[in-house]
Amino acid sequence: MGAPHLLVHDRRDNVGVVVVEGLKAGTDMLCVVTEDNSEFRTVVNQDVQIGHKVALRDFAVGDTVIKYGEDIGKVVQPIEKGAHVHTHNLKTKRW
Amino acid sequence: MNYADLKIWGYRRENGRVGVRNHVAILPLDDISNAACEAVAAHIQGTIALPHSYGRLQFGADLDLHFRTIIGTGANPNVAACVVIGIEEGWTQKVVDGIAATGKPVAGFWIEGNGDIATVAAASRKAKEFSQWASERVRTECPLSEVWVAAKCGESDTTTGLASCPTVGNMYDKMVELGLYGCFGETSELTGAEHLAAARAASPEVAAKFMKTWQSYQDDVIEAHKTSDLSDSQPTKGNIAGGLTTIEEKALGNLEKIGKKTSYIDVLEPAEAPAKGPGLYFMDTSSAAAECCTLQAAAGYVVHCFPTGQGNVIGNPIMPVIKITGNPRTVRLMSEHVDVDVSGIVRRDMTIDQAGDALIDMIARTSNGRLTAAEALGHKEFVMTKLYRSA
Repeated sequence: MGAPHLLVHDRRDNVGVVVVEGLKAGTDMLCVVTEDNSEFRTVVNQDVQIGHKVALRDFAVGDTVIKYGEDIGKVVQPIEKGAHVHTHNLKTKRW
Repeated sequence: MNYADLKIWGYRRENGRVGVRNHVAILPLDDISNAACEAVAAHIQGTIALPHSYGRLQFGADLDLHFRTIIGTGANPNVAACVVIGIEEGWTQKVVDGIAATGKPVAGFWIEGNGDIATVAAASRKAKEFSQWASERVRTECPLSEVWVAAKCGESDTTTGLASCPTVGNMYDKMVELGLYGCFGETSELTGAEHLAAARAASPEVAAKFMKTWQSYQDDVIEAHKTSDLSDSQPTKGNIAGGLTTIEEKALGNLEKIGKKTSYIDVLEPAEAPAKGPGLYFMDTSSAAAECCTLQAAAGYVVHCFPTGQGNVIGNPIMPVIKITGNPRTVRLMSEHVDVDVSGIVRRDMTIDQAGDALIDMIARTSNGRLTAAEALGHKEFVMTKLYRSA
């Protein structure tokens, strides 16, 4: 198995984490689900830094982002599949 | 690896506990005694001063926590002997008596009526005696499972939840069942994963105690004082730079530190020593690294496992802090701070099981005397937790 570009914790997750430096828009990413080592591919449509998240599907405002199979917050700006998910489009539901 | 047979060379203390360092601590009761303690430590080789910011006009639970932290620090098995200096006799003697319960050598000195210079002279004479005595303590072979190991993560990012926190969890899954005492904390930073944390309690009573502690933090601290959704504080600027977006996401990564199967057997007050026998404990702590580590050391933990993503550089004056990172960029840019590199996990050329073994090996080497990166770099952060303003 080659080194992945993106890791996903759980099959239910709708985002993954970039684990390589210098990832460029348009890269056809090798994605691995750590839960079961299954693989798939997704194209990233922005430059995304290591450690940052990429959407695995389209999101509308109010949708819930799932990581570790759990709720990590609500979408506050529409997100396209393959886009960077961070503080500009995802907010906590707490506090 | 046969984990049950692992041995280390440690210091068997008077009360039976195993220490992995042999410090002679010069411990101030209060802020105004720091200068005298630092003068003694500057003069007498083999001693270490532990200056801090508090100890005056505290009262109630906040004063109880101060005494628990100071006494627990002096009582820690990594401390061979201890000199206590305070402004006056009463509270100084209370600390001396608390530490003396361990059976280790301890002596108190107070400044009022004596002045700094006479106090430093008398305390230096005792510190010299303790330092020479400590230098003849000999390491003996002890089971690794007798080394109490605490954990807390810092400057976390998304790689901590993928790699370094699961590495610590794997270590706990292997070692706690063999009799290890473990400890995790960070009450605020379990927000978003509190339901999962509660489910890992060993009994419904312990789960209820955890939820009461967590809820009380939400009500008494967050709700009482917040001016925003805590963006920029929890997660921190560093967390956000590393890709963490929300407290929920951070909490889920944080909780990976307790592994897949280990349950915790009690909920401790800050700096409270575990009293229910071997096992994993949850301690009510701040998520700020120095405060949390100071409280865990005061509870008696002698080695610390610290997963970091973006590169927190924390250390502790008496408890070695082992840094673990799974972020390849942090390994590249901050290698001098990294004790265990588990970045192979995100490249899928290292398994969590292999990473857990590498951490157990580093705990053993650290216990045998290897200086951690934080020790070699001189990190000695000793920070009291304060519950409210002094009187």
